[in-house]
Amino acid sequence: MLRLYDAELRSRLLLGTARYPSPSILTEAVKASGAQAVTVSLRRESGGERAGQGFWSIIRDLGVRVLPNTAGCHSVKEAVTTAHMGREVFGTSWVKLEVIGEDETLQPDVFGLVEAARVLCQEGFEVFPYTTEDLIVAERLLEAGCRVLMPWGSPIGSGRGLNNLFGLKALRARFPDVPMVVDAGIGVPSHAAQAVELGFDAVLINTAVSQARDPVGMAGAFAQAVAAGRAAYEAGPMEPRDLAVPSTPVIGKAFLG
Amino acid sequence: MRAIVLGAGVAGLTCAVELAERGVAVEVLERGERLGAGCCSWYAGGMLAPWCERESAEPLVATLGLESLAWWPARFPGTRLRGSLVVAHGRDTGELRQFARRTERYEWLDAGRIAALEPDLAGRFSQALYFPEEGHLDPRAALDALAGRLTALGGTIRFAAGANDCREVTLSAETAGNAVIDCRGLEARDVLHDLRGVKGEMLVVELPDVSLSRPVRVLHPRVPVYIVPRGDGHYMIGATMIESDQPTRITARSLLELLGAAYALHPAFGEAQILEIGTGVRPAFPDNLPRVSRIGGRLYVNGLYRHGFLLAPALARQAAGQVLAAGHCLEVMNADSRQRRLA
Repeated sequence: MLRLYDAELRSRLLLGTARYPSPSILTEAVKASGAQAVTVSLRRESGGERAGQGFWSIIRDLGVRVLPNTAGCHSVKEAVTTAHMGREVFGTSWVKLEVIGEDETLQPDVFGLVEAARVLCQEGFEVFPYTTEDLIVAERLLEAGCRVLMPWGSPIGSGRGLNNLFGLKALRARFPDVPMVVDAGIGVPSHAAQAVELGFDAVLINTAVSQARDPVGMAGAFAQAVAAGRAAYEAGPMEPRDLAVPSTPVIGKAFLG
Repeated sequence: MRAIVLGAGVAGLTCAVELAERGVAVEVLERGERLGAGCCSWYAGGMLAPWCERESAEPLVATLGLESLAWWPARFPGTRLRGSLVVAHGRDTGELRQFARRTERYEWLDAGRIAALEPDLAGRFSQALYFPEEGHLDPRAALDALAGRLTALGGTIRFAAGANDCREVTLSAETAGNAVIDCRGLEARDVLHDLRGVKGEMLVVELPDVSLSRPVRVLHPRVPVYIVPRGDGHYMIGATMIESDQPTRITARSLLELLGAAYALHPAFGEAQILEIGTGVRPAFPDNLPRVSRIGGRLYVNGLYRHGFLLAPALARQAAGQVLAAGHCLEVMNADSRQRRLA
């Protein structure tokens, strides 16, 4: 069972809700993925005056936990305002905190992130910070009150998979008890399986599903990959070796010649 | 036979013209005070691009959209069938390959052929997709032409018709056994509860220095933009898609993104005069597919989303068919979304 703050989730796959061909396909993809939590990007515009009601009610009707996201926010103030909006629209204290530092790579501004996390944790939010694999930043986020971390695999939407395996493994090893969701950059189900095999607790996918030719089919593929990766992690993978090791013993074989 | 059409957007006027052409006496009621006031068709791009739209839309949009390529030229001489061009900047060429994988009826162009087709884009792109069979039109001129054609066929349009007028007229029409076709867009949410609004923002600019003969789509992972020539050096730049049903003003961010994309297509757009900034709200069902439905004896044509001019002719034909000889068209009349997508 995956525990994120007070929630216990059976599925280790979280799904983003942006850029699907239609809300109907989004709904079917969420069902096919088995995800029990989805992220929703809020724009100031759609939140104000309840302008985005049509879409929000579709999200609520999914019947899963909603994790409002401060996507596209570039400053602490903007992120905090957007978090408040998410709480108002969806009535949840969960927030996926993004403070973007740079437009080309959408890399998190980790300084702003820590500051915004501190503000929001003090206000009682349960913060899911989108961060890099940096150990010290992780430590600061935990000090600020975060109890879940969301390290990136690679830049948002890039589909490049786990870019820095060494860094991610180090992060996992350094904080073995903190639930971690690999967020961003996962392109295909094998990337997701790999993250979960390494011991990450869950993965969050958006573009790889929403921009697939068949998002519903891809959502199902990711569900299987994440389940396989977790089963492998629990089953204890073998250690890789440099040399071949015959799987049948040599002793007792007849010597011919 | 008589019929009442509610709404003089592209859905309403195409329905009215289709019916009038088949000998029905049509009266259109429009809440706006003049053509285009308060309807999102006024802010449309006017691309007749069934193959390009397949990139993100269901097959049904392409199937229905095909009809527009013959329907519009027969009724609006300003329709241009010059194809459409799809380009991407160097680092976004992956988007171009993905676009190609999801569409059909295109040709790959190299730099030389791009220059031959659109001389002002010479040297700016090394690759493009060209959809030679597609077309475009100026939505405002096209609506004008439809209104003119309707009048010539004996139909009428009553502007500034309030909710009470509509109620009275439709009630007496229904009592008399005449057809009522409701094409009110988002206003019809009082009956079509799953309609939602998707806001779009657009610009019209004037730039005599650049000459483009066909719509150009600039692909980008986050901000895809199209530029449609409107003649006389005018260009429409569009369009954003925001889950919101409020036709509020454009945001600074959207304006920057639209202008940035135009400027990146050709730096001369930096010198363009901005003639207009427009916003509208498109009516859409949850599957983003159009729907013709019969509720309480009234026919509803709605949910054209961002494909108004592309889909309206096919829907108008089916609606007219419904009025004159009731039947059931599975693809647009089935309430079950999955079945409509598979139809």
